[in-house]
Amino acid sequence: MALYSEKVMDHFTNPRNVGVIEDADGVGEVGNAVCGDIMKIYLKIDGGVITDVKFKTFGCGSAIASSSMATEMIKGKPLSQALELTNKAVAEALDGLPAHKMHCSVLAEEAIRAAIKDYYDRHGIEYDKSQFPDPHEEEEEGPED
Amino acid sequence: MEKRTVYADNAATTAMSERALEAMKPCFMQIYGNPSSLHSVGQEAKELLGACREKIAACLGCEPSEIYFTSGGSEADNQCIRSAALFGARKGKRHIVSTAFEHHAVLHTLDKLKKEGFEVTLLDVHKNGVITAEEVKAAIRPDTALVTVMYANNEIGTIQPIREIGKVCREAGVIFHTDAVQAVGHIPVNVREDCVDMLSLSAHKFHGPKGVGALYCKKGLPLSTLIEGGAQEKGKRAGTENIAGIAGMAAALEEACENLGANMARLTAMRDRLIAGLLKIPYSGLNGDPVRRLPGNVNMSFEGAEGESLILSADAEGICLSSGSACTTASLKPSHVLMSLGLPHEIAHCSLRITLADTNTEEDVDYMLEKLPGVVNRVRSLSSLWDDYVSGKIPHVL
Repeated sequence: MALYSEKVMDHFTNPRNVGVIEDADGVGEVGNAVCGDIMKIYLKIDGGVITDVKFKTFGCGSAIASSSMATEMIKGKPLSQALELTNKAVAEALDGLPAHKMHCSVLAEEAIRAAIKDYYDRHGIEYDKSQFPDPHEEEEEGPED
Repeated sequence: MEKRTVYADNAATTAMSERALEAMKPCFMQIYGNPSSLHSVGQEAKELLGACREKIAACLGCEPSEIYFTSGGSEADNQCIRSAALFGARKGKRHIVSTAFEHHAVLHTLDKLKKEGFEVTLLDVHKNGVITAEEVKAAIRPDTALVTVMYANNEIGTIQPIREIGKVCREAGVIFHTDAVQAVGHIPVNVREDCVDMLSLSAHKFHGPKGVGALYCKKGLPLSTLIEGGAQEKGKRAGTENIAGIAGMAAALEEACENLGANMARLTAMRDRLIAGLLKIPYSGLNGDPVRRLPGNVNMSFEGAEGESLILSADAEGICLSSGSACTTASLKPSHVLMSLGLPHEIAHCSLRITLADTNTEEDVDYMLEKLPGVVNRVRSLSSLWDDYVSGKIPHVL
């Protein structure tokens, strides 16, 4: 069996929504160069609905596939629905990820949350802070080499 | 160029040579005896075993009685290091000198020995991935039981000054082991001239079969056992001998040694053509020393292009490579070898290793030089980190 499902390879080979939105309403960036994954998501929002979304990701095949799939899953959706997107749902939509790659789907969920939070902050929109926990506070240590 | 498959991951493993395969064939249904049996069928197998030992000894410059067959390089490393440690401990010597970028078969054995009360000094390998004999000399103490330094590194291909280190160890009266898994069959190795006391090798790195290797242990040095049982290998390695594997290994090594000079010249030229061509990709860099390097090894980093994505994209073009990126190691850390060179994480994550063997052709090099710039561009076009370099948000490193 190959490392990745056909779906993952499809989204890695032909990623959807790659790019930058210059006049984005919200931008979220998570991850860092030390761990080898950086995901950046750009949102265009109109009337509480995500009208456009783009991503750029520095990372492995599953990080790129997770970004591509996650952006597809929130495009055209109201913010309330986008906030409900879980990493599990992203991984399932990709027909699964290897266990040590699950953190890539977590990054996708976090990047979307970060972009929506950025939109709320920029536009002075009130929100429930408990919906946006600081991901670094609950970050788990990676497995030892 | 038309799409082709280019296997350029020969440091991981090589294809078997025709000659190795031919040497193995009779060992399954004709020379199938157990070398420990006294009858003629067994003795025929024993003779073959002896002939293989002679061939391997001739390639390494030692006596046949100094060669012990193992299941591969990892077992050989484990046995050599443990034997030297045990021997030292009996005389109250519990210190070992090694380097930070050894293979895990060495490093993990040393980690275990540390838990058993040994002290380990890991030498820094510097930016170019080469240590000096002077550094080894300075690290040796009165209680040093063993110095173990790899002949050539598996990721960045740097060749260590083994002969100079060997002399230093000989003068100090310290046992010297070298993990020569990447060197044997690729560059000249002679245990006598190199003043090596113990050496590990693996057959599948030089077109032999997988699952078989050997160690050299200088006459007079006590080898302790890892596997208990029968009296095979003079009681130092129990288990009925892997005759077919050993025959394949001996044939492959003999062939590699016969063609050593010609292969080295050809591969060095191919390697340098690849490096020169790939360095034309903007913001790329060579990892490891450009000259003290295995003939077939290229290891480069491409800013902003993550290693696993590079491998997958290259694979889509038919090119099989490897990387020291964290994502390929099943951990979140990049390769300990690249980190030992002092490379920043973001450069270590963006590495690509190309390892050529004599099975590769100039057309393979042409094809890689044609396709790999596009592979790097494609991965960069998806990369947020690359955007940050381009916009000047973070400075270029390479």
